[in-house]
Amino acid sequence: MTLALAGRPDDPEVTPELVHQHGLSPDEYVRVLAVLGRAPNFTELGIFSAMWSEHCGYKNSKRLLKLLPTQAPWVIQGPGENAGVIDIGDGWALAFKIESHNHPSAVEPYQGAATGVGGILRDIFTMGARPVAVLDSLRFGDLDSPRVRYLFGGVVKGIGDYGNCVGIPNIGGEVFFDRAYDANPLVNAMCLGLMRTDEIIRGEASGIGNVLMAVGARTGRDGIHGATFASEELSEDSDGASRPRVQVGDPFTEKLLLEASLELIRSGHIVGIQDMGAAGLTSSASEMAGRGGSGVDLDVSKVPVREKGMTPYEILLSESQERMLVVAKLGSEAEVIRILEKWELEAAAVGTVTADGHFRVRENGRVVADIPALPLTEGCPIYEREGVEAPEIRDLRERDLSSLLAPEGDLSARFLDLVGSPNIASKRWIYEQYDSTVRTSTVVGPGGDAGVIRVRGTMRGIAATTDCNGRYCFLDPREGVKAAVAEAARNLVCVGALPVAVTNNLNFGSPLRPSVYFQLREAVLGMAEACAFFETPVTGGNVSLYNETGGKVIFPTPVIGMVGILEDVSKALGHGFQAEGDSIVLLGVNREEIGGSEYLYRVEATVAGVPPRVDLYHERQLQRAVLSLSAKGLLRSAHDCSEGGLVCALAESAVGDHERPWGIDVALADALAPVALFFGETQGRIVVSCSPASVDKLLEEAAAHDVPAAVLGTVGPRLGTFSLRAPRGFVRVGSEDIARRYHEAIPALMEGSGR
Amino acid sequence: MKVAVVTFPGSNCDYDCYKAMQLFPGIEPAFVWHREQDLGGVDAVVLPGGFAHGDYLRAGAIARFSPIMKSVSEFARHGGPVVGICNGFQILCESGLLPGALLRNDTLRFRSLDVHIRVESTRTMFTPRYREGQVIRMPIAHGEGSYYAAPETLAELEGEGRIVFRYVRRDGELGMGSNPNGSQHNIAGIISADGNVLGMMPHPERAVEEILGSSDGRGLFEALAAHRTGVAA
Repeated sequence: MTLALAGRPDDPEVTPELVHQHGLSPDEYVRVLAVLGRAPNFTELGIFSAMWSEHCGYKNSKRLLKLLPTQAPWVIQGPGENAGVIDIGDGWALAFKIESHNHPSAVEPYQGAATGVGGILRDIFTMGARPVAVLDSLRFGDLDSPRVRYLFGGVVKGIGDYGNCVGIPNIGGEVFFDRAYDANPLVNAMCLGLMRTDEIIRGEASGIGNVLMAVGARTGRDGIHGATFASEELSEDSDGASRPRVQVGDPFTEKLLLEASLELIRSGHIVGIQDMGAAGLTSSASEMAGRGGSGVDLDVSKVPVREKGMTPYEILLSESQERMLVVAKLGSEAEVIRILEKWELEAAAVGTVTADGHFRVRENGRVVADIPALPLTEGCPIYEREGVEAPEIRDLRERDLSSLLAPEGDLSARFLDLVGSPNIASKRWIYEQYDSTVRTSTVVGPGGDAGVIRVRGTMRGIAATTDCNGRYCFLDPREGVKAAVAEAARNLVCVGALPVAVTNNLNFGSPLRPSVYFQLREAVLGMAEACAFFETPVTGGNVSLYNETGGKVIFPTPVIGMVGILEDVSKALGHGFQAEGDSIVLLGVNREEIGGSEYLYRVEATVAGVPPRVDLYHERQLQRAVLSLSAKGLLRSAHDCSEGGLVCALAESAVGDHERPWGIDVALADALAPVALFFGETQGRIVVSCSPASVDKLLEEAAAHDVPAAVLGTVGPRLGTFSLRAPRGFVRVGSEDIARRYHEAIPALMEGSGR
Repeated sequence: MKVAVVTFPGSNCDYDCYKAMQLFPGIEPAFVWHREQDLGGVDAVVLPGGFAHGDYLRAGAIARFSPIMKSVSEFARHGGPVVGICNGFQILCESGLLPGALLRNDTLRFRSLDVHIRVESTRTMFTPRYREGQVIRMPIAHGEGSYYAAPETLAELEGEGRIVFRYVRRDGELGMGSNPNGSQHNIAGIISADGNVLGMMPHPERAVEEILGSSDGRGLFEALAAHRTGVAA
């Protein structure tokens, strides 16, 4: 039994209350005692609190995450590192990951979102990859609330200002509005980076005697205990009380850090590098030791700080942004400092790699914390909670919606109303605030099914998308997440890319609620099934729990970030119609599914019913057919049917150019209830257009893939009428009227909001 | 012809300019770090876009004090061709190599989109490959691109034909929907009195390949490539 490590004279005494305030349960504290063989001092308590928080320790999700498929021949790096890495051919590797910054963004939207982008960029370039694209997946309440407009405007500006300054193009993402996210917006940022396959570097502290160096910005008192904050529910007073726990970003420093880090990695002077992100120096140093099977011995008095008098506790737990921990080869310290100086940044030796497996911290040489590294990083207690579906959600799902299927005849007004829903309307107001063309590689920018960038020096392209309909997941988490995986894959094939891998962001409420744990478990099971089926392994991601305020829980939102490869990027396809007289063809089958639809939310103010179900086999056939058609050059456009159903998909293909929208002339033969036929969100459908001469070949190809196909009609003249007829209903509207609704809905809502 | 691409800390279009110019036979681009004192015998200089020095204080306000700017000013004073794109335009204005200033967009938002600009003058060393009045398309991506100058400066620019590019609608006209940032007189690009320093907010280097959506920026680089031999049409 080691003797208790003396605390510092000014540190508070470790009491049960203090343990509780640090988010550790009595059982967890017993485990701390066992790991140490003694009681922790204040500094050590802070370290355990951060490392065993949900955010760092995944204690409520780890057991479930093990169920996800993570292997494929092209996976170079699976979960557990800063980011996943896959082989994309021609000697190139793609690093990619998604991460949430939900809690900070709920309190301080601008900085919360900005630092979210900063963090995910660092996760990518610490793998040795140069960030080449970002996407963002956002959820907010309804825009009629001033508070929601404030959050939305701040988040978009924060993402834009950060990414624009660093110079990484934003190529897509999604945003979804529903009252379920009123108090808890979700801000998930995804980044993609490219490197040669031999340039990969990992976050490992290896080589006994090598030198730990703090690199980049100085350490200040901001963001202390951000990781623990992210692992709690928000409360009414979170706004004021938690603001100091939100970090403040500086994209200019990030840009310099990016360049300096890549230069360091290529220089051969370092063996490991990791972002000082959540739980700052504590997690980066202990995780690097844990992965390297080594120990670290560091002295906080050597860490460059912004202000005097910072305690070891503060220095260890600060989440000041734009900092890295690197492991330099012994004797290379001066070279590391020289490279950082070129980029006008600092580097300081703060410790060494040791052989004893301990995470040891000193202050002016005196030991203030001494913890075995592996139990600290890997020994976090893992829980399996009770999971039971909430009966009220089951009732909503089982509700009889047949009366809502009654409307027939002229559905033009309902259609126009739906087009004006922020969930359907153009997101141009958002993505115009993001530089999408910097780096001169963007082939398909934001606003389409998926973003596409080229890989310079090759024929190839990379496509990426994010997807998740939280309403479907609320009504049926397992089917909902299957639909999210299927839609992500469908989006990729629409631009001509073969889906290859997934990063996920599990946004849920408190896992201590059986109804939420049920959702989490079901979602992971559904994701495992669908990802295995589509051969898109999960290479990493992020878990964000406790997204609830005052007992109001968000929709379960397991966001899927999926990447795909185009063998020939010049064949990338957009979703907009190209020429008058082109034939419009529907691939897939219409069904009478209206549950969980945007139509019900917008027009009937209802979230209920059975959400659309994915038929995995037919979905895969559909995707193979579209990829084959695309490779043969038979398509002029391809667009997935999602929120708003078939009619909204057609509208999106018609009115993308707000000055010159296309008319269409379409007839449907299905005798389904027209609101379901027009606005239902049945999965497994893609609207394509092609020259009339290609129709026969297209139908043959579809049949060869066992995919039902129907010629719906033709693209009309620009500024023509948007006309759609079915046996029991019709829509007939001027394309300019649709374009106006579609393009002006979000700007009109945001006008006067001060942004 | 050797063209310096000046990299400031925070430049993020330096690489794009470099790669774009590599597409043109006759142009040999070279990065020059902002702390250099000497341009190293180049034939032209490009100040690329980005956020030099984080755009702190004002866009371009600190960059003008970077060591290299002394040589750039000297080079310009001796008639050397200098092109400032986006942040580069802002730096040229802050340095006094071009008149006026670039203010925050009138929308108060960053704007990233393809715009149409009209070539107002083909009698510059940078624009002989275009037709007078030709409407070309290329991206903008900036938060501070609203051109502003005193009335007498504007009159001078107009009178001397020094407004090289103007924002227009697709049909080439001014008016509703043509001006993305509130620039006076729809100004997208201007040239110095001596005709050798061009500043523009749109990004020609992002419009040199059809796969990126437009190749309308090629004319500018073609002219630059031809400049040394004096074959510019």
